[in-house]
Amino acid sequence: MATVSPPLGSSPRAPRGRAGRAGGGAPSEEGRGRDGLWPVLFVGPLLLGVAVFYFWPILQTAFYSLTDWGAFGGWTFAGIQNYLELFADPALYLSLGNTLLYTAIVLLGIPLAVYLASLLNLPGLRFAALYRVLFFLPYVAMPTAVAMVWRVIFNGDFGLLNYGLGLVGIEGPYWISTPGAALVAVAIVGLWSSLGFSMIVLAAGLKNIPPELYEAAELDGATRWRQFRSVTVPLLTPSIFFVTIVTVISSFQLFDLLYAILGSSNPVLPRSMSLVYFFYREGFVSNDKGYAAAIAMFVFLIIGLVTALQFRLQKRWVQA
Amino acid sequence: MSDNITAVRPVDVPLTAQQPRATAAIGRATRASARRSARRRGGSHVVAHIVLATGGVIMAFPFVWQIIMSLSTNAEVQSVTPVFWPAELQWGNYAEVFDRLPFLDQLQTSVLITTIRTLAQILFCTLAGYAFARMRFRGRAIMLALVLSILMVPSQVYLLSQYQIVQGLGLLDSLGGLVLPGLFSAFGTFLMRTAFLAMPNELEEAARLDGANPFQIFWKVMLPLARPTISVLAITTVLWSWNELLWPLVVTTFSDRMPLSAGLATLIGDRTTDYPVVMAASLLAMAPVLIMFIVLQRRVIDGLASSGLK
Repeated sequence: MATVSPPLGSSPRAPRGRAGRAGGGAPSEEGRGRDGLWPVLFVGPLLLGVAVFYFWPILQTAFYSLTDWGAFGGWTFAGIQNYLELFADPALYLSLGNTLLYTAIVLLGIPLAVYLASLLNLPGLRFAALYRVLFFLPYVAMPTAVAMVWRVIFNGDFGLLNYGLGLVGIEGPYWISTPGAALVAVAIVGLWSSLGFSMIVLAAGLKNIPPELYEAAELDGATRWRQFRSVTVPLLTPSIFFVTIVTVISSFQLFDLLYAILGSSNPVLPRSMSLVYFFYREGFVSNDKGYAAAIAMFVFLIIGLVTALQFRLQKRWVQA
Repeated sequence: MSDNITAVRPVDVPLTAQQPRATAAIGRATRASARRSARRRGGSHVVAHIVLATGGVIMAFPFVWQIIMSLSTNAEVQSVTPVFWPAELQWGNYAEVFDRLPFLDQLQTSVLITTIRTLAQILFCTLAGYAFARMRFRGRAIMLALVLSILMVPSQVYLLSQYQIVQGLGLLDSLGGLVLPGLFSAFGTFLMRTAFLAMPNELEEAARLDGANPFQIFWKVMLPLARPTISVLAITTVLWSWNELLWPLVVTTFSDRMPLSAGLATLIGDRTTDYPVVMAASLLAMAPVLIMFIVLQRRVIDGLASSGLK
């Protein structure tokens, strides 16, 4: 990280407070206040927007989760009533379970992405750019638009998937209208769309492994598999960790694909919904803002917990 | 080569079991293994190509299948034995998109939302990112910490209240409401701050000595240097804004007011679904972003991978 040296001759308008605390790893301790009112103009617009549309809403949601909303917008203070109700609500456990199942399936893509990234990084591999584009395509494509084609592929009567399964003698389910299968279908699409991202991040991590290590390993007679296990994977653990964190956080926020593949009027939705769909249903379909706010806080809490847990476990397997 | 080996040995690679044999005859082994490894590399490339090409085909297949279906008849799409190529290409399906759906309205909305948000984010995030990186002012650390803390909060947490603010402003079902919260971004600020932190101090100082004010320094000296990062910010904002579903779904109720992402979602579950037209509409909706991606693929992929935050 670049260090910025103090400006020549620090400003006379500097003396307010201790600059050391202004830290963030940025400039020097001197010259505080040299910019006068300029920073207000620079930071002001963003700060105002962020305060109105992010800070305030976060505080408000925390407060809403303690209130009870009537049908026409009036509210009463309800204490922890929403939370008590939420923890007694089978829909919470159902949607949490579904979210976890989805996350687990999407996480299966990471080992696959490690393997594919290692192939993509082979020195002198031709068409590498083409492969990158192909694998990345699903990641940039509009979820609702790709959902349309997947809906047809998963169709129980004329879908390609069941046709293919039929060729090998398996009778596929009505994916989108069977509760368990619906979620698996959504997770397959989730895996398909996130694989390219993981793969590219991991490929970038692989570039940082010095090639001499492989040469040495090869001289020592290590097989390709052994090299992969003993050089590639250990040195790649920081990237694997990063990709895992990002995948888990985004999987916990599953909404777009689920909504677009299953459709809002799908009768299996109550049994296949994710946490965020549950939130959406309570907040914007049933219009129960207090309850929805409690769900949002729960999602916040659980993502925080899972992320903290991952950071804690990190010491066990990620090499510094 | 043998230099490399001694240089590499101290690094903690768990190969100890194999070491003695290799040290025995470094010279011979080096040449032999160079040849062997060249051959092996060539050989493994075949496997790599098979695996990557198969994977690539699987990744691209849904898009290809969507194109094929968009050119078929509804009966062909719903045929129990799949029709892999339509008897006659139905280009008319694409024209029907414009008759059946408020497609142009939705396209216009998507373009406007994306453009306004991208420009606004570039403006607000570069200004704030610059100040956070290179200016000193009271409360900077706390403000920065607060802005960055938003990155850890899932969007549902602010959604309800953002909706109420937009409702209170009378902006439901309007462009203003659709655009609003996405004008500001903590991620963008973080991204731009990182870019400005890495810049050399000398240019700034020279401009200061020439009597430039902080805005002139920012605008004429630092901003041009930040162009690569600005393009990453622009690309991520375009992608996110174009594809976003939940917010438009919440603030709009009429399909002609929706952007494409939400407009397409309203087609689901329609009992008399005309699949080919839906496929054509989906492809048209994705096309601008996919074209941007293919044209700028290096920059998009590297930008997203290196800035790769949620």
